[in-house]
Amino acid sequence: MKLMLRALSGACVLAALAFPAAADTKLTIATVNNGDMIRMQRLADDFTSKNPDISLEWVTLEENVLRQKVTTDIATKGGQFDVLTIGTYEVPIWAKKGWLVPLDNLGAAYDVDDLLPAIRSGLSLDGTLYAAPFYGESSMVMYRKDLFEKAGLTMPDAPSWDFIAEAARKITDPSGGVYGICLRGKAGWGENMAFLTATANSFGARWFDENWKPQFDQPEWKNTLAFYTQLMKDAGPPGASSNGFNENLALFNSGRCGMWIDATVAASFVTNPKESKVADKVGFALAPDNGLGKRGNWLWAWSLAVPAGSQKTDAAQKFIAWATGKDYLKLVAEKEGWANVPPGTRTSLYENPDYQKAAPFAKMTLDSINSADPTKPTVKPVPYVGVQFVAIPEFQGLGTQVGQLFSAALSGDTTVDQALQSAQAIATREMTKAGYIK
Amino acid sequence: MARAHSLRRRTITTAACWLVGLVIFFPILWMAVTSFKTELEAVEIPPKFLFFDWTTENYGVVQERSNYLLFATNSILLSLGSTLVGLLFAIPAAWAMAFAPGKRTKDLLLWMLSTKMMPPVGALIPIYLLFRDLHLLNTRGGMIAVLFLLNLPIIIWMLFTYFKEIPGEILEAARMDGATLWREIVYVLAPMAVPGIASTVLLNVILAWNEAFWTLNLTTTDAAPLTVFIASYSSPEGLFWAKLSAASTLAIAPILVLGWFSQKQLVRGLTFGAVK
Repeated sequence: MKLMLRALSGACVLAALAFPAAADTKLTIATVNNGDMIRMQRLADDFTSKNPDISLEWVTLEENVLRQKVTTDIATKGGQFDVLTIGTYEVPIWAKKGWLVPLDNLGAAYDVDDLLPAIRSGLSLDGTLYAAPFYGESSMVMYRKDLFEKAGLTMPDAPSWDFIAEAARKITDPSGGVYGICLRGKAGWGENMAFLTATANSFGARWFDENWKPQFDQPEWKNTLAFYTQLMKDAGPPGASSNGFNENLALFNSGRCGMWIDATVAASFVTNPKESKVADKVGFALAPDNGLGKRGNWLWAWSLAVPAGSQKTDAAQKFIAWATGKDYLKLVAEKEGWANVPPGTRTSLYENPDYQKAAPFAKMTLDSINSADPTKPTVKPVPYVGVQFVAIPEFQGLGTQVGQLFSAALSGDTTVDQALQSAQAIATREMTKAGYIK
Repeated sequence: MARAHSLRRRTITTAACWLVGLVIFFPILWMAVTSFKTELEAVEIPPKFLFFDWTTENYGVVQERSNYLLFATNSILLSLGSTLVGLLFAIPAAWAMAFAPGKRTKDLLLWMLSTKMMPPVGALIPIYLLFRDLHLLNTRGGMIAVLFLLNLPIIIWMLFTYFKEIPGEILEAARMDGATLWREIVYVLAPMAVPGIASTVLLNVILAWNEAFWTLNLTTTDAAPLTVFIASYSSPEGLFWAKLSAASTLAIAPILVLGWFSQKQLVRGLTFGAVK
């Protein structure tokens, strides 16, 4: 007992002294657990063999955990990471605060002009690139060709909301376990509010007017929310208010949904026979509109950036240039096929005939991304940047609060009018507190 | 007649115990079963319980992607380390409170417990800044310190309740025989309190093993325990239940084995001193 105690306390002291040893240049990369990111980890030997003086350490985390951790680290300049995986929401805010290193050292071969313009502008501040897109995504309609055929319907390439609603109601067959449409309902700024904000854009609504006055008391928002809740009541799966991306993916892949409007990245999941029961029956269409000139699709890019606290910015930029460069796309194609290349970042990829052949959803993805403009997201003018979010620091909290109200309206706990009234009150209070409304 | 009656009663009690045990154990069993499914089977509705194509593919993926041994070693070092350091401080503290209480001992005990009432995220930024300046981020030493401080109130409380059950007269007798304070604690008090200390150690090892907030926020690679390992298998976009289940099963396996072998001690310790 005594000996064991001694041995254990000795081990503790040793462990306490074991600070991490410094390698020549060790890059610590924080990333999310998405298929494309995991593939990059697998292929990273290509980078380290070309740069033997640099070694890579990966920290893979779930999105919300990663966001919390990376935000803490960057706000305190903790310097735990050298490369961060962040989205289009963070980039403009963090760049403005001086938390990110401008990416001006990506090398001559990088070809910045090849990046898709919509994606590039979302990751820049005053024309300077602060993060390089690793993969980009928009949203679109995924539908079951067999169910449409059975119901005598034909999906147009660019459907309207009225058509979607009509088709959804027609396809719904609760006794057979098939629901016309699956949409996000789980509360959260990146969950239901991503979908609803993008949808609201196509209904002519906006979060704020030019003077940052919240607009939830306007008829456009009422139309959006009433349409959404009614449609889900008539043609959605039960318990939709707790469904997010993964829940809907599971429903769609097990054959329960006639349509699903969500991220373009889902295309490769629903068409993968290993994951999906309906892999050979899926068709794609642009996100719906209401004839107002804006479609209900969003724009997002998981991107790599260098935090201002990093001591290894040159090596970090070298890595970013490798991971988001043209040669990386070729490397993935060579090792795992063109269909697995990270989509939505470079024009040259969409001009590549091999890619067009291997990825049937390529054109739809490109059209969707091109039709989203983060600098002019709405029908009426707005003072903010961002399609399915408002790129201000307050949006995470505010968006989630409003998301909870709208989720409650979907589950029937409150009415649409009550939800909108509360949203208006909360938004007005928060924006006044934050100093936007004088 | 009486015998038949008691036999029936015993059967019913045993069956009830098994039922409760199964209900409690079911989520863990479900997780273990899910870890042998494919991603599609894992989300299928209605779910299949036993009749599906069992596969160890998920374990292969997890092994290939993560350095399980590093995470597991860190978990063992952090949980044992923090608990042992905690004992070094808590045994004298609990001794003082149980056998030489002052006027404010009760308030002190309550005040110590109050540190557990604040949500930990409230202290995240100050602790993070301290760790940054002391170069403790992502180090085992730093994590042992945090987990030790986190569990110290619980260790002291548990030991205090166990010590209080020991008659002070025995310690007095030791003192009469000329034992120093150190000898009194080590040779008289500790052996009598072994079941209590053992269950305190076990419970705190489990608490430190499961601690996820601080371990997730203050470590990245070198000092990251199994909680970070599990968190890396949850995904915002893509099916992940089967792989996550495999990772979770691997993560709880060591502590499950430890708990299994020491359950006698644990039960004895937890019922120690109660009115029997």
